[in-house]
Amino acid sequence: MRFYLVLIFTCVAGNTSFAQDCNSILFGEVIDFHDNTVLENATITITGKNLSTTSDEYGKFNFKTLCNGVIELEVSHPNCRTQFISIAINGNTYQKIRIEHHLEELNEVKVVGNEQKNTNSSQEEKLSKEDFEKSSGKSLGDALKNMTGVSSLNTGANVVKPVIQGLSGSRVLVINNNTRMQDMEWGQEHAPNIDINANQHISLIKGAAALEYGGDAIGGVIVLKPLPIARADSLYGKTQLNLFSNGRGGNISTSLTKSFESGFYLKAQGSLKRLGDIEAPEYILSNTGIKENGISLSAGKRDFVQGWEGYYSFFKTYIGILASSHIGNTDDLITAIESPTPLIINDFSYTIDKPSQEVTHHLAKLNYYRRFTGFGKLNVQYDFQNNRRFEFDRRIGDNADNASLDLKLSTHTVSSTIQLDSKKEFELKLGVLGRFQKNFANPETRVRRLIPDYNKYDFGAFVLGEFLMQPNLTIDAGIRYDFTRMNAKKFYRKSSWEERGYDEDFSQLIINDAGTQYLVNPIFDYHNVSAMTGLQYNLKENQTLKLNLSLAKRAPNPSELFSDGLHHSAARIELGDLRIKNESSRKISLSYELNSQKWGFVLAPYLNNIKNFILAEPNDLQFTIRGSFPVWSYRQTNALLLGTDFSLYNNWSSKIRTNHKFSYVKGTDESTNIPLINIPAANLNNSISYSNIKWNNFIVTLESQYVFEQKRFPPNITVFSPQEQREKELNINTPPPAYHLLSFDASSKFSIQKKNDLSIGLNITNITNTNYRDYLNRLRYFVNNQGRNISLRLIYNY
Amino acid sequence: MKKSHLPVKKSILSRALFTSAIIFSLCFVTSCSDDDEDPDPVVEEEVITTITVTLTSAGSPDIILESKDLDGDGPDAPVITVSGNLVANSTYAGSIELLNETESPAENITEEIEEKDEEHQFFFTPSGSVSGVTYTDQDGNGNPIGLSFSLTTGDAGSGALQITLRHEPKKPNDGSLNDAGGETDIAQNFSVTVE
Repeated sequence: MRFYLVLIFTCVAGNTSFAQDCNSILFGEVIDFHDNTVLENATITITGKNLSTTSDEYGKFNFKTLCNGVIELEVSHPNCRTQFISIAINGNTYQKIRIEHHLEELNEVKVVGNEQKNTNSSQEEKLSKEDFEKSSGKSLGDALKNMTGVSSLNTGANVVKPVIQGLSGSRVLVINNNTRMQDMEWGQEHAPNIDINANQHISLIKGAAALEYGGDAIGGVIVLKPLPIARADSLYGKTQLNLFSNGRGGNISTSLTKSFESGFYLKAQGSLKRLGDIEAPEYILSNTGIKENGISLSAGKRDFVQGWEGYYSFFKTYIGILASSHIGNTDDLITAIESPTPLIINDFSYTIDKPSQEVTHHLAKLNYYRRFTGFGKLNVQYDFQNNRRFEFDRRIGDNADNASLDLKLSTHTVSSTIQLDSKKEFELKLGVLGRFQKNFANPETRVRRLIPDYNKYDFGAFVLGEFLMQPNLTIDAGIRYDFTRMNAKKFYRKSSWEERGYDEDFSQLIINDAGTQYLVNPIFDYHNVSAMTGLQYNLKENQTLKLNLSLAKRAPNPSELFSDGLHHSAARIELGDLRIKNESSRKISLSYELNSQKWGFVLAPYLNNIKNFILAEPNDLQFTIRGSFPVWSYRQTNALLLGTDFSLYNNWSSKIRTNHKFSYVKGTDESTNIPLINIPAANLNNSISYSNIKWNNFIVTLESQYVFEQKRFPPNITVFSPQEQREKELNINTPPPAYHLLSFDASSKFSIQKKNDLSIGLNITNITNTNYRDYLNRLRYFVNNQGRNISLRLIYNY
Repeated sequence: MKKSHLPVKKSILSRALFTSAIIFSLCFVTSCSDDDEDPDPVVEEEVITTITVTLTSAGSPDIILESKDLDGDGPDAPVITVSGNLVANSTYAGSIELLNETESPAENITEEIEEKDEEHQFFFTPSGSVSGVTYTDQDGNGNPIGLSFSLTTGDAGSGALQITLRHEPKKPNDGSLNDAGGETDIAQNFSVTVE
């Protein structure tokens, strides 16, 4: 208040007095806008006079022998934006100057190396710019595999679901530009609908510690953010072109940003991807092409005090699913598993035939924030998402071109956070969220709905705190509550309803008897309390110890509750269970990190104990007129995941560096003591790189990846083969053998108009064209993985 | 200075909470008023519930082999009936009829196969006392279909006939399921007694 009074006084006084008295003194004080702390070492210059001084340890400064009148001060401070202030001098004048010192809204000025993290004590990794550029033509899942402890659950080369420390699907949240993606992550063959070129700042939190984003991230959180936009009058762009030999196609991505000194900005980005059939070393993987388009537009204004952003993105992908993976029944599955080569191999083609997936995702959001002096920051956001998924099967007759699955998922979310960061010793963040989601399963497919129509309501609230206990010790803690109401309307065949025993437990849910089936209206409420706490302790200057304890709860997803019937393209019957409750994870993770010029490492063991873990395994066969099908039933058990991630680097000289990564996770069903299904095998990654700045920033890397054989897997099931008239083991769970892959990358930067504005890279994966199959690839029953792929990338910044 | 911030804080907090509350209530009001109608049941197509194989031989009664699965992919297994025993060392003329009995009246799927005979083929795997099956029909390209066939029995004993209908198989093929590929619409096994 005093500040305003002074200001008013000086303004009024300044206007009334013009006496030429040049003995006035300006006393000033530079303080942080944000938390009112004094700022030392700010440089204050009187423009046009070349008089300059710096603020002392109390933030104070003064200029003597000033004449009365109006002067302009230029105030600058390390990490702060320079400010110009006009001051009326009238005798001895006092002036308080507030400048902005906390710069998370003005990322461009942030000190390099002081990267802001999402959590304090959790295991967290960021995808480097170099790794991102190498991955620009790939999927999000493939890009994330550069990180330790991340693997992927694939359906071929183009449908890639990230797996974090052994967990995937609904246990991994994807946060796209501060919006939680709602894109049917429950399906094993549903990949995140994200163009990684839209939001290129990608980081990953292993585990549930990032409560801000959700309490159910039992696996982890993937955070994608846009690159920061400089606050200056500027127009710049970036175009990246990738060409691939395998698939004989490529992708192109362009972004254009217009920014203004006022903080206003406009950004447009688009990408386009086309690939034909992928090739395994010895044959073509027919019908594995992809067509993908993405557009994102944003406009906003970022100021220190307040800002807003409007963002819209559109993503469309059309993916061919391996022709030979479309099978009829158990006999076909046995035949496919036993055949060394796929049963359908056609000539190379760009045409995407059936089976295929076509998914579009719209995301629109509006965001506003305002900062209050000495208090904190308020952020309010609304976002809308619309996800439409078609899955096409080979069908006959009038429905040949009709989709077999047609789901429309619309989600509205309103959220607000308040960040109290005015105190040096602690920071608090509070937030609330409300969400409404509606799923519509189109009956026009004329195939029974796998996922029913439903309305889902979510409400969440959280409090997070971070406390600086000692200069080298930070403690964080948080708690979150989530309420979920699932209101579904689903038809059950009477035979299924009774076979599941629902007639005894859920008869009150029946709202209509439609002949051979019941229309059922389950309304289920789930209450989840999640919490976490942890510490970050800097042992010495370059060593950090982090410990994190988290409790996360997740409500079952629609697939786990309601799946009921034949999944045509997968030739399996999936059975959810209405009795499934929420699962809860208790995870301890520890990480010990050393970073120096010469070498460094991160050792990160963890233990994740999941109560009522929801999983689906093949456990039975069901007979129909089309033969028999393996039944995958969802059930709950107590699971234990024990693992460690380890990474090490060593700079042998200024030019030669090696990187080593190892990750291992062991998953066990504690109630039966049987290994969990789909747990990634241990893998070891070693690379050596040579770099020379003088040769146009030349970097060459040779990388070896060894994936062990997964020896721990649940038992296979025994089936009767009518064709062979005998019982036989269906090797549906047996993992493929270990494999070793080599890859190569070389890149250089050239200067066309600006310094290093053109970057050219050559990348070869699977150099030796090795035949291999991966345990976490659903197509491993049918075909080998992708063979050698030579790619060229051109990146131009302008 | 510090104290003077306290009321400011409070008012900001309450304003923020108030704004949020309004937004949330708006959100929930709109969503709650969203009174959904019941979904329509799916009218399934391409369903074959019933395969009826009629075996006729001069001088002996017709034998009907039938498999009926009215709940489709539901948990109930198909009901397989064989009307009687086959006569040893005879030749039977066989014909197949396919129905969708989830509709009323039942839809005849046989006609669909006849219309698109180049995209379909039945495969017969006889075993035991069922000694052989030969095709007696052809599609437009001169390849077998299998809606009509001839079945021969051997000496008395037990036997089985596995019938598989594939759509979009490779045609012509060497007669084996592996070579033919395509997708399975029907795969049923009938155990019979030959006397």
